[in-house]
Amino acid sequence: MHALDDIDLTVEENEFITLVGRSGCGKSTLLRIIGGLLRATRGEVRVQGARVTRPRRDVSLMFQRSALLPWRSVIDNVLLPVEILKLDRKEYRRRAEELLAVAGLEGFEDRKPRELSGGMQQRVALCRALVHEPSVLLMDEPFAALDALTREELSLELQRIWSDYRKTIVFVTHSIQEATLLADRIVVMSPRPGRIARVLDVRAPRPRSLGVTAHSDELDRVSAELHELLFARELEPLRGGQPRAASAG
Amino acid sequence: MAADAVARALEGDEAVGRRIARAGGRVILPLLAIALLVGLWWLATIAFGWKPFLVPSPKDVWNELVRQRHLLPGHVEATVVETLEGFGLAIVIAVPVAVAIAYSRVLEASIYPALVALNAIPKIAIAPLLVIWMGFGAGPKIAMVVLICFFPIVISTATGLKATPAEFVELSRSLASSPRQEFAKFRFPASLPYVFVGLKVAITLAVIGAVVGEFVGATEGLGYVIVASGQNANTSLAFAAIALLSLLSIALFYAVVLIERLMIPWAADEQRP
Repeated sequence: MHALDDIDLTVEENEFITLVGRSGCGKSTLLRIIGGLLRATRGEVRVQGARVTRPRRDVSLMFQRSALLPWRSVIDNVLLPVEILKLDRKEYRRRAEELLAVAGLEGFEDRKPRELSGGMQQRVALCRALVHEPSVLLMDEPFAALDALTREELSLELQRIWSDYRKTIVFVTHSIQEATLLADRIVVMSPRPGRIARVLDVRAPRPRSLGVTAHSDELDRVSAELHELLFARELEPLRGGQPRAASAG
Repeated sequence: MAADAVARALEGDEAVGRRIARAGGRVILPLLAIALLVGLWWLATIAFGWKPFLVPSPKDVWNELVRQRHLLPGHVEATVVETLEGFGLAIVIAVPVAVAIAYSRVLEASIYPALVALNAIPKIAIAPLLVIWMGFGAGPKIAMVVLICFFPIVISTATGLKATPAEFVELSRSLASSPRQEFAKFRFPASLPYVFVGLKVAITLAVIGAVVGEFVGATEGLGYVIVASGQNANTSLAFAAIALLSLLSIALFYAVVLIERLMIPWAADEQRP
């Protein structure tokens, strides 16, 4: 039994797509393959034309656990990729400070991670993922370990940050709410083996929120469709891949 | 009503407890306990009428300490120097070995059993051999300290290096760190709490190692004092030397604890000596 089978997906540049599915549908595995942390046994992944064989500096990953190094201050944590990639620290320090300010953490640069709440730690992790200007951001259920309110807050924040720092994002979640709120397209996966079952377009304009807004009809429609797909007893896999969008990424 | 009173009493007790703790209860309470034991010891010597050369009373021991106050510092210094030199040398040898074990399965499989076997040999049996090989100077004592400290430091450091939290390793890999970067920025800092566990165990053993080394051939040091005073039936002096050794162990242990607090303040939440 393979973890994934027959995955054929194209993501456009600066598109925000979410991978949704029940546990065991391989969405995290797929993300790690895209990020170069795992090797696909068959098939390949290309980012901007180049094959992915191992982690790349223009593809950034963010996980469920913030993994902030407790012995470093917040700003030093954000600058970690800059150090490892041997970039100019002074140049990127300004960018790190700017990112922290955008994330609402101005003034916290010299604090230690243990002084921050879970939500604040994930914001720092997000800044760290963005500091070295990657073109692709892969996020594996980054808000799953947070309480529901913080989770919603950070989803809205991510949307806001994304509008300032546009890049391609692949976001794994098993929250229908997050998937609907954030995505341009939602890739619904079915488990055992992991397959793409459906791809839904979300046409609601941004910024989106979960309160009563003019476009909540579209979000409700998508949400309802997702519910139906995910809770159906048998989720039919999509054969022959999904129709390709005009290639750019 | 009664429940309220009990709750208030418990609260009060807690508050008192906190105040005692804040007043350096960590220091005061142990001192009180020791004072109590000394008191009981004194009563026992009076009650049982023990001869001073068998079991001296606290007063005899104190008098002897005062009498020898010019000679003892030299011996204390000798033991301290042997202990610290051996301890430092053990760290210098043990840490690279631990790194090798943590990074190489082959080395781990081959070295580990040998280390366990060597560690099982009673060090006191090796002591006379060390004197034969190294003479009567400080050499055998330092060697003894190294032998006794090596194992705990290697084990704890190797364990710490392998116990790097999975999310740090994943982060390191996602950033495509080189092995050197992964070691320096992730594994080694994350292993420090474990290293210090080994250091704290080792420092207490280190003093024992120095003393055992001195037992089998020395002209100075607290171990030598204990042996020499035994030959003169000066039991009070032996007790005094033992008391000084205990104080020395405590001081060195808490010195390591202090260094730990300074070096890894971020681990403080989970650590207690």
